[in-house]
Amino acid sequence: MTAWLSRRINARLALGGLALVCATTAGCGTALYEVPVETPIPAKLDVSAFQRVLVAGFVAGGAEDIDTNQETVRLLRSQLRSKSELRVIDADVMQLVDVAQEQNKAAVNDTAAADGLSVKTSSENGGVTALPQKIKDEKDLEPYDRLFANTAYWKRIGEEYQNPLIVTGSVLFTPRSSSGLVTRETEVYDGLGRRRVVPQRVYMERKGFMLRPKFVFIDGRTGATIYSETRREEVLYNAQQETPALSSYFELMDRIVPDFLGALSTQKIKGTRVLIK
Amino acid sequence: MKLRCATFLIAAFAFSTSTAFADSRDEARSQVDFGINVAQRGLWREAIYRWEKAVELDPKYAAAYNDLAIAYEHEGQLEKARKAYDKALELEPNNTQIRQNYDLFKEINDRVAQQKDKR
Repeated sequence: MTAWLSRRINARLALGGLALVCATTAGCGTALYEVPVETPIPAKLDVSAFQRVLVAGFVAGGAEDIDTNQETVRLLRSQLRSKSELRVIDADVMQLVDVAQEQNKAAVNDTAAADGLSVKTSSENGGVTALPQKIKDEKDLEPYDRLFANTAYWKRIGEEYQNPLIVTGSVLFTPRSSSGLVTRETEVYDGLGRRRVVPQRVYMERKGFMLRPKFVFIDGRTGATIYSETRREEVLYNAQQETPALSSYFELMDRIVPDFLGALSTQKIKGTRVLIK
Repeated sequence: MKLRCATFLIAAFAFSTSTAFADSRDEARSQVDFGINVAQRGLWREAIYRWEKAVELDPKYAAAYNDLAIAYEHEGQLEKARKAYDKALELEPNNTQIRQNYDLFKEINDRVAQQKDKR
């Protein structure tokens, strides 16, 4: 009898211990709390040496419905004013296509003078490639890249505005059209009248725009490029839909601007996470 | 008699260790609670202090590591956040909530890493 009792007590003790461990390890259930978080992303560039920024202008091409140079400068200046600590210089928007053309002409003349020849207008002139007057695609933009490498020119611009950070580059905004099969979600009702959404491949003609900006950041003190980045975005709508070029331009720039700002200042990415008790 | 003594000693040991464990888990839980409270009011640094204490008290407390990771993320200490998420997932690999938080964090962390590579 005593042995039976002691076995029962031991068993109870062991059970009690086990229950206690379980209670302490398992806890009393999980509670979840959703909280907003803002993750700071450090700037791509160290711009601590600059107090001011000059958005000079852009070599722009493509659609003629809008003045891409003017719009890009205006948009970037307003974004920098509200979202960066740099002071934005108000200056006339530079017509960089004209500047590049003039520089090219001067380079052709110099080469011709050095060779003792008359001025040629062909595309091959002592290694100086002619610049296309009309910029229709990315290939037309390529020869304009020489302008951004002209440190003497940018240093002079920097001196004129008291050594700011200079933002320039090129912007191509062109109409796009595409046709082919796209996946669309279609509502389907079965025999019992139940609604289902199923993906369906349909042939569609679409049109829209492509935006390809290249941002070049130049040190106004030296005229040297410190950083450059190219982005490409496109938007396509149903062919029947009439979307104004300017609204498509802003729609596309909206996707690009956070990255542009991220080069100059710390950006905060907003999101939510779940805290666990 | 010997058997009884041994059983008693084992039970006493198990009880004392489980009590000590329960104490530290309780203390860790109260630190986590307090951390959540202050984090909800935007006091993330205080929350970090509490959750660091919680994982010190109970190094197997996955939720505390998860919360700590979120706080580090909010403060921009991404490397510390990654380590804390890794630890939380090591302790509870099947916890979907931790996994979800980690996936969201990873998107941002990868973007920052890409930026660093570009530079």
